[in-house]
Amino acid sequence: MNSMLSIKDLRASIEDKEILKGITLEVKEGEVHAIMGPNGSGKSTLASLVAGKELADVTGGSITYLGKNLFDLNPEERSKAGIFLGFQYPTEIPGVTMVNFLKTALNEHRKHKGLEPLSAKDFLKLLREKKDMVEIDSKLTNRSVNAGFSGGEKKKNEIFQMAMLEPKLAILDETDSGLDIDALKIVANGVNKLKRKDNATIIITHYQRLLDYIIPDYVHVLFDGRIVKSGGKELALKLEEKGYEWIRNQVNGN
Amino acid sequence: MKKEQNKILSEVTGSDYKYGFYTDIDIEIFPPGLNEDVVRAISAKNEEPEFMLEFRLKAYRHWLKMEIPDWAHLKIPEINYQDISYYAAPKNKKGTESPDGVDPELRKTFEKLGISLDEQKRLSGVAVDAVMDSVSVKTTFQETLAEHGIIFCSMSEAIKEHPDLIKKYLGSVVPYTDNYFTALNAAVFSDGSFCYIPKGVKAPMELSTYFRINAANTGQFERTLIVAEEGSYVSYLEGCTAPMRDENQLHAAVVEIIVEKDAYVKYSTVQNWYPGDKNGKGGIFNFVTKRGICRGERSKISWTQVETGSAITWKYPSCILKGNNSVGEFNSVAVTNNYQQADTGTKMIHIGKNTKSTIISKGISAGFSNNSYRGLVKVVKKAQNSRNFSQCDSLLLGDQCGAHTFPYIEVDNANSIVEHEATTSKIGEDQIFYCNQRGISTEDAIGLIVNGYAKEVLNKLPMEFAVEAQKLLQISLEGSVG
Ligand SMILES: Nc1ncnc2c1ncn2[C@@H]1O[C@H](COP(=O)(O)OP(=O)(O)OP(=O)(O)O)[C@@H](O)[C@H]1O
Ligand SMILES: [Mg+2]
Repeated sequence: MNSMLSIKDLRASIEDKEILKGITLEVKEGEVHAIMGPNGSGKSTLASLVAGKELADVTGGSITYLGKNLFDLNPEERSKAGIFLGFQYPTEIPGVTMVNFLKTALNEHRKHKGLEPLSAKDFLKLLREKKDMVEIDSKLTNRSVNAGFSGGEKKKNEIFQMAMLEPKLAILDETDSGLDIDALKIVANGVNKLKRKDNATIIITHYQRLLDYIIPDYVHVLFDGRIVKSGGKELALKLEEKGYEWIRNQVNGN
Repeated sequence: MKKEQNKILSEVTGSDYKYGFYTDIDIEIFPPGLNEDVVRAISAKNEEPEFMLEFRLKAYRHWLKMEIPDWAHLKIPEINYQDISYYAAPKNKKGTESPDGVDPELRKTFEKLGISLDEQKRLSGVAVDAVMDSVSVKTTFQETLAEHGIIFCSMSEAIKEHPDLIKKYLGSVVPYTDNYFTALNAAVFSDGSFCYIPKGVKAPMELSTYFRINAANTGQFERTLIVAEEGSYVSYLEGCTAPMRDENQLHAAVVEIIVEKDAYVKYSTVQNWYPGDKNGKGGIFNFVTKRGICRGERSKISWTQVETGSAITWKYPSCILKGNNSVGEFNSVAVTNNYQQADTGTKMIHIGKNTKSTIISKGISAGFSNNSYRGLVKVVKKAQNSRNFSQCDSLLLGDQCGAHTFPYIEVDNANSIVEHEATTSKIGEDQIFYCNQRGISTEDAIGLIVNGYAKEVLNKLPMEFAVEAQKLLQISLEGSVG
């Protein structure tokens, strides 16, 4: 399988405090990776660096995406190159309707691929299709982006956008938290339906529960800015059972 | 994050002002300076009847006794009125060769501005009075409109051809004594547009004026007068642009609207005077008095403005609601970027019974600019059962700019209702990044957010203006995210 994302010894600081302390991660086409780890360990920081948010200063290492140095691309170029971030805290944009927002985004993606903008009719057709797929309330697309959405609606909306944009690499940052059981199944279903041989998914989660629905090929434990353990699906089960104390002890050599 | 913000702020470009070019043509220009002789000379240039000269001289003498108003939230540099030339006109206004009497060079200039003076070529069916510096260059569709009894011509022509109407209405809504700039304007205005819609006539097309400043070291002082007789209707558009220069230029205009019983005048402006560069050098000083009177029952005036240009904007399109059940509207989007300053709003004066007014003001400030809404809602005692609703919103981009709201409310009876709502919001980095992450560039993201915010007002603009205005909003804010 071809390499998609290759992170090597990545180090990053926020205001002189080192948050990522040498991360190495290899994601190939067709794979699903799960990243788990305690609060504040750096999961969202890692995700936002891949997406291009200038939140942390990169102090060392590299990220290569489809053979290219990712740092050469600005956030919108990364998006158009197929990187999608499902935000842990989706932002509200009052005044901008979902329809308008998605149409703009989608047409930017199409322009990048050398395609004509979608006609209004085709766009609405696609919108309906994807809406059904992630079972989101029809009315949500006529409202402003995330404005006044409930916590769960915001998360579903992230998956809906993912379905519209069909990314190569999706990073879902705690998309499962705040979802009720039905919504969790819908989201997981959506992710599974979007899965293809040539795309990849990184799932950041605290709960093994989601991994019952989306079976990961690898599970990594991010602890204090480092990936301290990697394994298969069973690692998630073990974590659930033993908690992070177990990891902490291992890291500290007890 | 601070670092990021500063970086983006420092990228504030001297946004692409598309209309900053200068047309090199022969002009006739008065030497700088202002005195009674200059006032007489302007009147003589326009071959005006005696009453106009009297009007001008009275205004001039009154102006000498006045002082520039200082109550606005603006820093106005001293203006030396003796350094300004008060008359500049293209010499070859009437091209001898061309069939419709417009110098091809001028025609080209207006074409570059998107204004076609060729009636055949105009699909959109908007009649236009094209004003360059001190004079009207061409008024289109005059004959077509005349078939409906509509008079549409330049102000200088109206003064000569329709002196009775001018005597009756000029200065009747905005007297020269109103303020410093109305007095100055009354003394030295050289042209503008006049529009008369007779009883029961609905204008078959939109009418418009396009103001262009071209010459350097001049001021532009124009007057617009619109009279809508009983049961008539007209939608009037106004646009304006100027070359990019390091020096400031003064524009002091007066617009008067008279609306009789059951008549409706809709007046839309896209103000895009040169705003100055990113360091605040140059730009137009825009001091404008616009006022309409709803004289008859159920008459209506609707002001819609999109203000993106000028270094300084001082402008309060107002409605005097005299007729019972008359209606006034003010819809405004005002954008300031870099070092621009705007103090704009409206006055709604309720005099008739059951009168109604609505104010929607959307301020957008970026860079180091200052943007103020100033509005008066006055309901006199006999204006029983009147209503006003005001919504004043401010949107900030960055943390170096200012947004201010100055609402004044005076209600003299107990059964009228006046409501005022105000909000302030900010375009955050998180919102921009969210858009970026979906493939939308920062510039487009600002465009989306700003147009979403201003939608309510933009929707009131005539179609072709709305599209233009949307693009303009985005361009005006280029590179201004904080
Ligand atoms: N803007 C910021 N300013 C200062 N510190 C920050 C900022 N953003 C994140 N951090 C710090 O970086 C560290 C890693 O945060 P991050 O959000 O990546 O953790 P996380 O693993 O996603 O945690 P959670 O499971 O709670 O979502 C934390 O200590 C956090 O306080
Ligand atoms: Mg997180």
